Amino acid sequence: MFSHLVLSLRTAGLPASITEWLTLMAAMKAGIADYNIDDFYYLARATLVKDERHLDRFDRVFAQCFKGLEPAEGVKVEDLPEEWLRKLAEKLLTPEEMAKIQSLGGLNAIMERLKELLAEQKGRHQGGSKWIGTAGTSPFGAYGYNPEGVRIGQDESRHRRAVKVWDRREFKDLDDTIELGTRGMKLALRRLRRFARQGAATELDLPDTIRSTARNAGTLDLKMIPERHNTVKVLLLLDIGGSMDDHVKATEELFSAARSEFKHLEYYYFHNFPYERVWKNNRRRHEEAIPTWQVLRTYGPDYKLVIVGDAAMSPYEITMQGGSVEHYNDEAGAVWLDRMLSHYRRAAWLNPTPKNSWGHVRSINMVNDLMEGRMYPLTLTGIDEMTRDLSR
Amino acid sequence: MAGFRSTDKYIASRDLEVAVNAAVTLQRPLLVKGEPGTGKTVLAHEVAAALGRPLIEWHVKSTTKAQQGLYEYDAVSRLRDGQLGDPRVHDIGNYIVRGKLWEAFESDEPVVVLIDEVDKADIEFPNDLLLELDRMQFFVYETRKTIKAKQRPVVIITSNNEKELPDAFLRRCFFHYIRFPDRETMEKIVQAHFPDIRNDLAREALNVFFQVRDVPGLKKKPATSELLDWLKLLMVEDLSPDVLRSNEKQVVIPPLHGALLKNEQDVHLFERLAFLARRNG
Repeated sequence: MFSHLVLSLRTAGLPASITEWLTLMAAMKAGIADYNIDDFYYLARATLVKDERHLDRFDRVFAQCFKGLEPAEGVKVEDLPEEWLRKLAEKLLTPEEMAKIQSLGGLNAIMERLKELLAEQKGRHQGGSKWIGTAGTSPFGAYGYNPEGVRIGQDESRHRRAVKVWDRREFKDLDDTIELGTRGMKLALRRLRRFARQGAATELDLPDTIRSTARNAGTLDLKMIPERHNTVKVLLLLDIGGSMDDHVKATEELFSAARSEFKHLEYYYFHNFPYERVWKNNRRRHEEAIPTWQVLRTYGPDYKLVIVGDAAMSPYEITMQGGSVEHYNDEAGAVWLDRMLSHYRRAAWLNPTPKNSWGHVRSINMVNDLMEGRMYPLTLTGIDEMTRDLSR
Repeated sequence: MAGFRSTDKYIASRDLEVAVNAAVTLQRPLLVKGEPGTGKTVLAHEVAAALGRPLIEWHVKSTTKAQQGLYEYDAVSRLRDGQLGDPRVHDIGNYIVRGKLWEAFESDEPVVVLIDEVDKADIEFPNDLLLELDRMQFFVYETRKTIKAKQRPVVIITSNNEKELPDAFLRRCFFHYIRFPDRETMEKIVQAHFPDIRNDLAREALNVFFQVRDVPGLKKKPATSELLDWLKLLMVEDLSPDVLRSNEKQVVIPPLHGALLKNEQDVHLFERLAFLARRNG
């Protein structure tokens, strides 16, 4: 029962599991949602969603799964008697509006047209200018702008309101695939931070000393523990200038978040694509360029490489010798990226452009192929995936 | 079924009622998230009151360990007793200090346990409580005894979203996100807390409140608890609603705004906006 809901949720990328589905079944059996679709929605939400960022996606999937179910009870518009519609129209329309109706050929003509449309219309409808539904400009339906509009059973249709509980999509702002602030970034980057104890025993472990002294019935027993080291080392390469100007803010946010999270964080800038030189200070990029070879030699393979760039460029900049827009490069960009990837086992490319537009840019696809699919969007989910991949 | 409903003092939306009742019926923990000041902690008090059960509160701090909720072995006082020759030292059970969960498990009547601000603790904290919350039992190594809950308590856990909670932990919980109340609900909440407030004062105050919340760029938006504090102050000062009234031409800085705006940048921002509005007006 309702397994298609769980399956659709999983397809939509929500981590609903069998345990949760069984919980939902148990709750249904215990009669918590007593044949009330609103309560069922709330119950399913409390059981299957564990993160407010997923609530909006849940609402969408739920609406999709139970779309066919909603009109089972409640008023069927098709069944409304003509008499009733006429009364309603007369009650709601002011004399001026009634006069305007004459411009459409009088009330009878409107009713005729309404009947035709009702026969034509099959599903629920919103917007538009012809069919019956809500918020349109057709003369029929509710919340419309047409002064000649006829209101059809808004107050009576309790059911429609119930549908709207999830159609309203109140949790849209919390969807984590959309925006990203410094704080959210910090949360995700924190995943990268892994504390590990290594090296010789150097610190006095006071709690353990007390514990073992006490266990020894009072004879002092000193215990040592290794010092705490943050072992995560990150090498950050940031695209700057050109097509990245739009994304500089997002990049800077990532940058400021990253700086306070790691002890071993090295960063360099490049333009469009990393070639044989990178630089630390963007204003003096031509005087103080550092050979990429030197970077590779300085920072060992234990560093995790994170490249931030929109990867939007001419394909020549990647594949061709001399393809760079700034200087003549002796080796193609792809050669340099390959070199870096073989040096740094853990690498990822963060792209600030929205993921759904990647398919339209050829160079993004090329870079993604070079990165073996390790390109992530600069959103919370993207960073989450990236950090999970990097720390695996 | 004796369930949880909105009370005179606490206005719960229908989805919250369903979530609480599901958690109570299936005896699973309920995880509550939401903006600060939307009544997460108060919820536990209200659930306890509604079910007529005692409430055991466990407030989590950044240094709290999961073990402290179960029990602690006070080795230091045992050491001292050992050196003083106290006969109590022979029974290790004398030095086991019971935690909040032990208290809840041992209780003869069913209780409500509040684990407040679970995200304040170390990232491993929720993982360390998985089995204990699932089976409602744990093992005391020092005395080699298993403590099992006599009555499964209702567990309510609140989080402010400072840390991600592990998936394994989440799978065992029901989840509810307390949305910020809309105006209608807020009116009910105000009515519930101040039944004798003057209607015009409440209306104007709510206008100002929602206006303040709409100011872009506030660091900390005022929430329900701030509104209630502020209203209390307004009532004590017996201010007339006119002071709060503002129009398109003029934005007033709300009197006693210290209760609503909690840091100087926000107050400053608001003052600047009010100044701009006055100059334009």
